[in-house]
Amino acid sequence: MHIHDYEKLWLGLSLVMIVGFIATVTYGAVGAGVEMIDDSGDTVDPNSLADHPEFGDPGVEQVGPNEYDVHVIARQFVFQPDPIVVPANSTVTFYVTSADVTHGFEVVGTNANAMVIPGEVAELTVEVNEPNEYGIICHEYCGSGHHDMEGLLRVVPEDEYDGGDR
Amino acid sequence: MSSQTGTPTFVDRYPEEASVVRQAFLVSFVALGLGALFGIIQALHRTNVLRLIDSADYYTVLTAHGVLLVIVFTIFFLVGLYQWAITRSLDRPAENITFTRAWLGLMSLGSVLTGGTILLGFVDEIGISADVLFTFYAPLQAHPLFYTGLAVFLIGTWLAGVDWFRSYLAWRGDNPGERIPLQTFMVLTTMVMWYIATIGVAISVLFFLLPWSLGLIDTVNPLLTRTLFWFFGHPVVYFWLLPAYLLWYTVLPKIAGGRLFSDPLARVVFVLFVLLSTPVGIHHQYLDPGIAEGFKFIAMTNTMFLLLPSLLTAFTVVASMEHGARQRGGTGLFGWLKALPWRDPAFTGMALAGLMFAAGGFSGMINAGMNINYLVHNTLWVPGHFHLTVGTAVALTMMAGTYWLWPQLTNRPLYSRPIALAQVVIWFGGMGLMSNAMHVSGLFGIPRRTAEPQYEGFDFATSFGSVSELNLQLAIGGSLLFVSTVLFLGNLALSMGTPTRDGLGQTLPPALSGPTDSPAVLDNLRLWTVIALVLVVLAYALPLGSIVAESGLFGSGGNPYPVVIEPLVGWIDPGAVIEIFHDLLEVLP
Repeated sequence: MHIHDYEKLWLGLSLVMIVGFIATVTYGAVGAGVEMIDDSGDTVDPNSLADHPEFGDPGVEQVGPNEYDVHVIARQFVFQPDPIVVPANSTVTFYVTSADVTHGFEVVGTNANAMVIPGEVAELTVEVNEPNEYGIICHEYCGSGHHDMEGLLRVVPEDEYDGGDR
Repeated sequence: MSSQTGTPTFVDRYPEEASVVRQAFLVSFVALGLGALFGIIQALHRTNVLRLIDSADYYTVLTAHGVLLVIVFTIFFLVGLYQWAITRSLDRPAENITFTRAWLGLMSLGSVLTGGTILLGFVDEIGISADVLFTFYAPLQAHPLFYTGLAVFLIGTWLAGVDWFRSYLAWRGDNPGERIPLQTFMVLTTMVMWYIATIGVAISVLFFLLPWSLGLIDTVNPLLTRTLFWFFGHPVVYFWLLPAYLLWYTVLPKIAGGRLFSDPLARVVFVLFVLLSTPVGIHHQYLDPGIAEGFKFIAMTNTMFLLLPSLLTAFTVVASMEHGARQRGGTGLFGWLKALPWRDPAFTGMALAGLMFAAGGFSGMINAGMNINYLVHNTLWVPGHFHLTVGTAVALTMMAGTYWLWPQLTNRPLYSRPIALAQVVIWFGGMGLMSNAMHVSGLFGIPRRTAEPQYEGFDFATSFGSVSELNLQLAIGGSLLFVSTVLFLGNLALSMGTPTRDGLGQTLPPALSGPTDSPAVLDNLRLWTVIALVLVVLAYALPLGSIVAESGLFGSGGNPYPVVIEPLVGWIDPGAVIEIFHDLLEVLP
């Protein structure tokens, strides 16, 4: 089979680029420690979230010196709780599930982003530094009021933090 | 090409097949017109330039836009083009034209069922709707007719493939030992890919969603049906793209004035699509809970290798164009570009489409990057990406290809070549604006699939420009695209009335490096099918198994939305229907 020299060169460079892309993603996961959303979250029954030990009363809970767990329920067309308040300079793990259809959970302007699928729990850990306010949006169509579904994440100075719902 | 003694056209030689091709194209173009109308409504609505509809109806518009354009427009064009390609390249009529008409009829019936069910969503009184978007993620639920239509449509496409394989086998009987003609090879490999890809969506629709919408089963597993959708949802993009590739490989070199650079490489490219198109769908689910990171990583690796056939295509297409330009007297390192037939709308359309595909390829590489994807997932970046790929590389190539092919299907010349040229350039410009605005908006976190990306509690922070500038750019771009579609459809409609004449026939020259240069194993379709199936099993058996093991075949509960009161019947109240017709008559001028 005859392949032109230029075409061979092009083929070689393409393969180098492809391997390079895979290497950067691998480095991101292994070297820089970018965590992906995976199957570490539990499965839940979306029809009985009220009886769930954590999602029965969703909200912020301190689990370590600077570590917080936040259980969030997405439902047509709100996030619970709203707003979510966490102290600055902490590590926050969100556990997000849905009470009805598939939703999205995106902290606007960051890479904290997950699909929220009924029956599944999306688990994502983020570092929050400076005090700030972030919008939270549902980015997956979830019904006729989808465009009204928003929430707020408030990162407050550590000395102003007083539980997770203010 | 010139007088009455010129090459006979396709319609001269195969009048019945030409009629099937024309019918398929006409369905395709009706869908294009409707899809474009829904497109401009969305572009103006979500940017808050002009809101003609209620925001709750936006999602009906969005569903119709998606399904009409990426299922009906693209796939009807594909079957028309492929019927032309297989008949032309095997140089034999369909084995049984009634069978050919039957599959086109089934596809049309399915499209009317599904499309009609979506459009009924505008009329609340009837209580039938399918506001589930192109992806129909359960537990969003559509009326059973929506899923039924999809199933009928799919069966139609499967029978189209059967028809083409029959033609091929009959030809093979008469021509033992010969290499498969290139266009036939492209048709057959595309259909092998399609049969494998549609396994996922067929299982999802027939075993889960349709029975569920009929009330026969109570729940479905949202993650399972979603995963089965994406099993199909990624290879379907190549089902859109490969007809464009067929035109780039076999027609573009000719209208550029030359010949295809390499027939063997074209075959390699199509084989790579058979092998790699399907075991990558999980890259649409990087952000899904319930799927282990390792499975996502496998999909990412396969996806990156799937760049290879497109990169090879870029080389071949540009090389073939350069060869054509040099045949036409072009010289110099880049000077040959001036010798290309830029006044020919078919050439310019395909060349601009190819250029946009390069840009779309780059944004696609970013989507494929598993970690950087977190920044753009489900933002407006994503539709920005696929309006470059399916919305331009495919759609614009199909329109340009129509300018070349239509006269050969009707013996009528195009009504206006200057309008056609303006049309493809306006599309390019409009998409440049709209897609740029979408990509940039996505980087700022502005979501896709929403009627009103304006929120009460916060504003989007832009690092340059402003959201209103981006919205304006998107609205202008969307409007230009609508104008371009109207020009395309109008020009074609007027072309149906131009007087018939002789001499519109065109031939396609053989490749510079012909099929005899390539190893015979490339034509071993059985081998590639088996390898493709093995790769699919490797990529999907474990993730699907673990989803079912974790949350059950039918899921752990969850209720359908919207709630359908009478699940088993699509009961229509005749009084309400009559009232609606009255309302419609009053609205119409």
